[in-house]
Amino acid sequence: MQIKESSELYDVIIVGSGAGGGMATKQLADAGLNVAVVEAGPFFDPANPEQMTQLKWPYESPRRGAATTRAFGEWDAAYGGWEIEGEPYTHTEGTKFDWFRSHMLGGRTNHWGRISLRFGPKDFKGKTRDGHGEDWPIGYEDVKPYYDKVDKLIGVFGTNEGLPDDPDGFFLPPPKPRLHELFYINGARKSGIPVIPSRMSMLTKKINKDRGVCFYCGQCSRSCSVYADFSAGSCLIFPAQKSGGRVKIFVNSVVREVTTNEEGKATGVSYISKDDRKEYRLKGKVVVLAASACSSARILLNSKSKQHPNGLGNSSDHVGKYLHDSTGASRVAFIPGLMNRKTSYNEDGVGGMHVYSPWWGDNSKLDFPRGYHIEMWGGMGMPNYGFGSSPNEFNKFFGLQVGGYGDSLRDDVKKYYGSVVGFGGRGEAIARKDNYCEIDPTTVDQFGIPVLKFNYKWSDFERKQAKHMQDTFEEIVHNMGGEPLGEKPGKDSDYGLLAPGRIIHEVGTTRMGNDPKTSVTNKYQQLHDVDNVFIVDAGPFVSQADKNCTWTILALSWRASDYIIEQLKQQNI
Amino acid sequence: MDRRKSIQTIILGAGAGAAGLAFNSCTTEEEPTVEENIAKGAEKFFGRTPEELELIDKLNAEQLFNEHEMETIAVLSSVILPPKEPHGGPIEAEVPEFIEFIGKDFPEMQTTLLGGLMWLDHKCNTEFGVEFKSATLEQQKQLLDPIAFHDIEMPLEEQSLEIQFFHMMRGLTVTGYYTSKVGIADLGYKGNMPNVWDGVPEDILEQHGVAYDPEWLAKCVDQSKRGILAEWDEEGNLLT
Repeated sequence: MQIKESSELYDVIIVGSGAGGGMATKQLADAGLNVAVVEAGPFFDPANPEQMTQLKWPYESPRRGAATTRAFGEWDAAYGGWEIEGEPYTHTEGTKFDWFRSHMLGGRTNHWGRISLRFGPKDFKGKTRDGHGEDWPIGYEDVKPYYDKVDKLIGVFGTNEGLPDDPDGFFLPPPKPRLHELFYINGARKSGIPVIPSRMSMLTKKINKDRGVCFYCGQCSRSCSVYADFSAGSCLIFPAQKSGGRVKIFVNSVVREVTTNEEGKATGVSYISKDDRKEYRLKGKVVVLAASACSSARILLNSKSKQHPNGLGNSSDHVGKYLHDSTGASRVAFIPGLMNRKTSYNEDGVGGMHVYSPWWGDNSKLDFPRGYHIEMWGGMGMPNYGFGSSPNEFNKFFGLQVGGYGDSLRDDVKKYYGSVVGFGGRGEAIARKDNYCEIDPTTVDQFGIPVLKFNYKWSDFERKQAKHMQDTFEEIVHNMGGEPLGEKPGKDSDYGLLAPGRIIHEVGTTRMGNDPKTSVTNKYQQLHDVDNVFIVDAGPFVSQADKNCTWTILALSWRASDYIIEQLKQQNI
Repeated sequence: MDRRKSIQTIILGAGAGAAGLAFNSCTTEEEPTVEENIAKGAEKFFGRTPEELELIDKLNAEQLFNEHEMETIAVLSSVILPPKEPHGGPIEAEVPEFIEFIGKDFPEMQTTLLGGLMWLDHKCNTEFGVEFKSATLEQQKQLLDPIAFHDIEMPLEEQSLEIQFFHMMRGLTVTGYYTSKVGIADLGYKGNMPNVWDGVPEDILEQHGVAYDPEWLAKCVDQSKRGILAEWDEEGNLLT
């Protein structure tokens, strides 16, 4: 079987269409370059009635929203999940990593929480701050102009609070808190924990003529049909095409490797079409990897050649190393003050929280480095599969019988509707060389491509952070007059610390640095080893912060794109 | 044959299900392809991928419960959550059909459901010489009372099958009802439609004893200006 090669030479081939790939597509196409976007999944447009799940009712499905085929419930927009049939990944024994992949145009941005936090000055200088990990080769001042531009291009609501490590920006006004969020504000502040308006990328106000304004259905995880939330397809790739850019999208195309020539420079990519299971080649002057931190590392490691025997860009042996995800632990609680709610109004709001707590702690008084922010949820949400399945469980708090049947169940459901709140801590783990992904030489996927093997263990730093989260949640619940539900996770369960990968903030596999021996890319996300290959997903992150990674992916992808444009102009690459 | 009709006949009396029949025609004609189904009925397929649609078609083609079991589920779910005007009960919410589908979607539930239904008839026959669905409400309650209250101090899976079965049936009945059109109306949920969120109404704040902080409110969106293009000064202060 001969590999089919296209005759067209693209200026840039971008692998992946999520936050990083979407932003690179927008910037590079707007600059007049001829761009090919190669995406492993199908075309997706949240405005397409055939793909739309927004505003669907549970009873439109026979399973009423159950999570059988989609990990976050069947209305969630992400195609893919923790496991994808025919595309396995493996683990070193005794280690854990759960890998969420979404194969579709726009990738995981179609369903993400839209929590859009800038990293602060301290977040780029971890080693200077506390001796752990490594400093980035860039600082906040390098990224700030791009954060500003991302705010204005994409739109994010929030407030300027003048906090030292949670920088101000160009915010749209935030929505007012909901009832349970008022309870949270009071409860957290009682313990000296700050609460401020959320910073999330939904349009509470118009930012351009192409995108609608939020109509408060609370369903951003379904991807917005009027493009009022940020998804990479609807807010970056479609606009790049609409403004006349040369953007050719190859969907259902799984990239196997970056191809190289005798000099070791990249010549393009080879991919397998899911439609006919045949291998194709695309030629490009520049290759931009944006397949997600782990998938881009996999492509590099699989791109072996005479010139790059250890995989592309891997002369340092650092590709796949320093993999780290945010820490995460959670707790739910019953709040009697939120019982017997009137259902006279619609409180869907934006998808997710209207308020949150940025990290407030003083590490000199704590037994772990770095910190976490608190996300919270609750409210009178739309019923879906599972709703009311323990209709009167909270009777136990009032000495009443749990269970039974009859008319009283209707009263129980209404009495307790909207009285549950949840808290999630999302924190910073220290990046470590011995947490990594590598190629598993014994296993291939259904396309014949060797798969990733993960090797990841938490340390006591992360466990202690999770313990702090659990203690904090209980204190807040107590302040809110509530009852925490279930057993408090203790030492035997790592204080509820979720398995690595579960927060879906994995970063660090192709970290940037000034020293080619200890990093994969330079500070412009260009491979040290090959000057016409760039990485614009979260792989080049030196460290995750106590933030979410998407806003920084977007800012850095824009910055790398500017560099690519300049280097092409100067004919350096 | 239309199984739902027989269920409705049992619960509501003959003739009551006529309105529902239009939605349940027996499909025997040539099956359209999955792609054709998606193309012509995007509304009906609620954003399913072709693979997901195939799974639903496959599950729908299987049968988990026989007619007697479906009727028993209908009767039992209506004892668990009796119909009430104006929003009906489990039958109007299509709870038996929902349980049939979920039993196939989550095969691990099947033994508990099938075994529990057999237990119910066996027990009812032993005690009263009649199957559960034909027993009087009083007899049904006598059977259910001992299994309807599980021990909350003990893990459910350590309790008897009939207790686990009832727990599962109650959960599925309540979730099936409140995820239906009539159940959502009964609950009073007001969302899932375009609107403009402008804060918690005053009477609700009062009822729950909380108030907005004026300083916080001053930072929030002025919904009368939501349609005006955002502009900032160089410091990031919103001007519009």
